[in-house]
Amino acid sequence: MVATVRINGEDRRLEVGTLIELLRAEGVDPKRRGVAVALNGTVVRRGDWPAAALSPGDEVEIVKPFAGG
Amino acid sequence: MTDKPQDGDRLVIAGRSFASRLIVGTARFSSRQVMLDALAASGTEMVTASIRRISLEGYSESLVDLLGGRYQLLPNTAGCATVKDAVLTAQLARESLETDWVKLELIGDRETLYPDVAELIQAAEQLVGDGFTVLPYCTDDPVVCRRLADVGCAAVMPLGSPIGSGMGLCNPYNLELLCDRSPVPVILDAGIGTASDAALAMELGCGAVMVTTAIAPANDPVNMARAMGEAAAAGRRARLAGRIPRRSYGEPSSPQLGLIGSGS
Repeated sequence: MVATVRINGEDRRLEVGTLIELLRAEGVDPKRRGVAVALNGTVVRRGDWPAAALSPGDEVEIVKPFAGG
Repeated sequence: MTDKPQDGDRLVIAGRSFASRLIVGTARFSSRQVMLDALAASGTEMVTASIRRISLEGYSESLVDLLGGRYQLLPNTAGCATVKDAVLTAQLARESLETDWVKLELIGDRETLYPDVAELIQAAEQLVGDGFTVLPYCTDDPVVCRRLADVGCAAVMPLGSPIGSGMGLCNPYNLELLCDRSPVPVILDAGIGTASDAALAMELGCGAVMVTTAIAPANDPVNMARAMGEAAAAGRRARLAGRIPRRSYGEPSSPQLGLIGSGS
């Protein structure tokens, strides 16, 4: 199903499936160290990415560590 | 205080011990190599990182791969202005860096970058309850620091002056008072401009100092990083050795007897 999902603050029209499918479709290697994901304000642990199903209107945050003070 | 000079003196936070008294920020370095050289020269064992949205156009080299094995990475919640954002950022950091340590920053004012202490205490309490080891960036207020310790923070990180200002320690009296009364280690977090500021913070009783801006934009970041590490160590040694009391008048240090030209 094609629907709108908010990814890192940006509304996107895309095929919604699971979180791990979304990461792959966005070019994020799910095995890459340091990547963390929140779905609607709750952290989804790496092991749960394959099972986490997205719904229209979901808000996804995909983060990683950067230099910082 | 029962500080006694001794070798093997270590900083202990939440049961983890460190030989170095310096925490270094990884931001603002001109290149990856300068950062690596500066961190190595500083002798630090713990460095900070921020957690940000990845660019969906692809991403650069991972900070975890670069520093993960060599230093303890301390994620911060820099830039967060609400309890909700700070807590979620800390939770994302825990997942990202596989650490439950967090440098909790909750900014209350965009111009001064002063922390919002009411929100900070609330966020700290929530994160402690969620199993985090919380090191909050806070004001140099002994009561605020006590409250943060009371809710279970493992250390407190008061500012010496505003973040990035390089103004040094604007209220050394307050900082010393705070260190004397704090049940948890005090880490001077913001405002250090040069090595003497780091040494002074340690002389006043801080357990460690955190430096970012004073190192990376210095003319020679690697030597400044080394100077900061040495200053923190020297300040700590001086603290343990115990400074002499201040006097209002001079007191000669050479013997007063046998001075030529004096009477019998």
